[in-house]
Amino acid sequence: MGSSILLANIGVPGIRNLKAYRASGGYSAVEKALREMTPAQVAQEVTRSGLRGRGGAGFPTGLKWSFLDRKTDKPRYLVCNADESEPGTFKDRFLMDKIPHLLIEGLILSSYALGVNNCYIYIRGEFKYLVGILEKAIREAHQNRFLGEKILGSDFSLNIFVHPGAGAYICGEETALLESLEGKRGNPRIKPPFPAFKGLYGCPTVVNNVETLATVGPIISMGGEEYAKIGKGKSTGTKLISACGNINNPGVYEIEMGLLLDDFIYSPAYCGGIAKGKKLKAVIPGGSSVPILPADLILRTLNGQKRLMTYESLAEGEFASGTMLGSGGFIVFDEDACIVRNTWNLTRFYRHESCGQCSPCREGTSWMENVLYRLEHGSGKLSDIDLLVRVAKNIEGNTICPLGDAAAWPVASAIRHFRHEFEEHVKNA
Amino acid sequence: MDNHLLIKENKPVAFSAETLETINQLSKRYPEGERKSILLPVLHMAQEELGGYLTIDILDYVASLVGISPVEVYEVATFYSMYYLDKVGKYVLEVCRTGPCAICGGERIADYLREVLKIKTGETTADGLFTLREVECLGGCGYAPVMQVNTEFYEYLTNEKVDKILSDLRAGAEKETDQQKRWVAQFSSQI
Repeated sequence: MGSSILLANIGVPGIRNLKAYRASGGYSAVEKALREMTPAQVAQEVTRSGLRGRGGAGFPTGLKWSFLDRKTDKPRYLVCNADESEPGTFKDRFLMDKIPHLLIEGLILSSYALGVNNCYIYIRGEFKYLVGILEKAIREAHQNRFLGEKILGSDFSLNIFVHPGAGAYICGEETALLESLEGKRGNPRIKPPFPAFKGLYGCPTVVNNVETLATVGPIISMGGEEYAKIGKGKSTGTKLISACGNINNPGVYEIEMGLLLDDFIYSPAYCGGIAKGKKLKAVIPGGSSVPILPADLILRTLNGQKRLMTYESLAEGEFASGTMLGSGGFIVFDEDACIVRNTWNLTRFYRHESCGQCSPCREGTSWMENVLYRLEHGSGKLSDIDLLVRVAKNIEGNTICPLGDAAAWPVASAIRHFRHEFEEHVKNA
Repeated sequence: MDNHLLIKENKPVAFSAETLETINQLSKRYPEGERKSILLPVLHMAQEELGGYLTIDILDYVASLVGISPVEVYEVATFYSMYYLDKVGKYVLEVCRTGPCAICGGERIADYLREVLKIKTGETTADGLFTLREVECLGGCGYAPVMQVNTEFYEYLTNEKVDKILSDLRAGAEKETDQQKRWVAQFSSQI
């Protein structure tokens, strides 16, 4: 299960530079595609690979690309979502820092497949140091004719530009990101129209996550069918997991999908077990928005099967007893962690990051934060617990974008699985 | 989202020639008629180069540079958390307060900073050197607890590390590398 595709070469000295990247086989996928393949063939390989969006939604990438409006004569855009802001998630930052050309190569291939000539990398402003690293990689790619006019003598031309955000979680939502890229507040747009028809500057646009786009190079090199053989079932390939919290080895790991979750937590090759010899209490496996599960349910499904690191296995039991792979932001809590305090903390995050457009989210996140604050700080009532459940229910599904759901699920799941802790907070106040 | 009152200082503001040229180059990255796209990067440069925080004077200047109305700049400046609309010290210490850092001691780092700097969150030390802020997830959860000081990351924080960071910043010699860390220096692939 030690499959390494994206991070295979990160140990190569100087791999951040084009020379070392080239020497280890980099940009050969671009050469192959531009010399031997049509754009449609490149897109077809991505569809065959079964690649799914690595930003959190897990939507099939090839299918997303197929929606792009090709009938209009407006320019088409590819936007790389590098606004990594989901608490627990720091994989894209790692990838761009260690091997930026892998992303640039993926952007060239994806732009070729989509018929795009201008591509933007929207990166969160806090990652200022990565702006310089990416710009340098782009400059090197230009100097070596992998970017610019008539790339490698083909008819295909492409420019890539890095664009910094300025601190707003909501800009990870694709339509808010486009608004922000246009120089506006990051207020999500009502869909439809979807970006595939009306995206950046009103033109057909594809928005994909960093890891998703970085995977396109390896897919073209090995072929979609070969890539699809890695992984398990509909969870093909590998996934970057950023592990954090109360574990011995926090960090970014590339796993083959299908790895036993138990192994991921306890194997010395990954998290290395719970820090300070403590016991596992709970895990949020896919970034702070996905449901939290207690130790027994994260390790095994309700019907006793060992849980795997796949989209399907983590979702087994749906929200009653399951969760989501999400972004791969894997947050581990030991026996000392207070679920009420953590739920209050995360709700404060969503209240702060709500853009304020939709009343259920704007008002609901504030209410949940206030109620959780009083539960955590000793002035809560037992009736507050059901009040939280009701508020969360009234937010979920009633907002323009998924931030409302993302704020509701952590609260609902914490109470679903740890109601006794909320009750104890009231009784022991 | 927080409410803000903008500060007016009635001071003349102007970018350096180098920054104006960078802005000119940046504007070529966006299609004809979409110059407004440069607003976020220009506000970053303005904050960094024109005093560390954004006043009405600066926002109006940026509006005229970008060619949009002042209110279009105000609504953006008040939306994004990296833009400071209050006076800040020379170094803005931004400690992550979100879940993954919090369970790894982030809250204690904020407590310690309040104790040693003798200020509350949001305040600036009397010498004008440090402003303490608590911010949401910085995307460094695996290296917790983390903070940023003027967009520089500091990771695996302990009290001892914090002491060292503060004394280094107090010693304050502007390093040569600081120039390379400016926003204008990041955009090097100008086309």
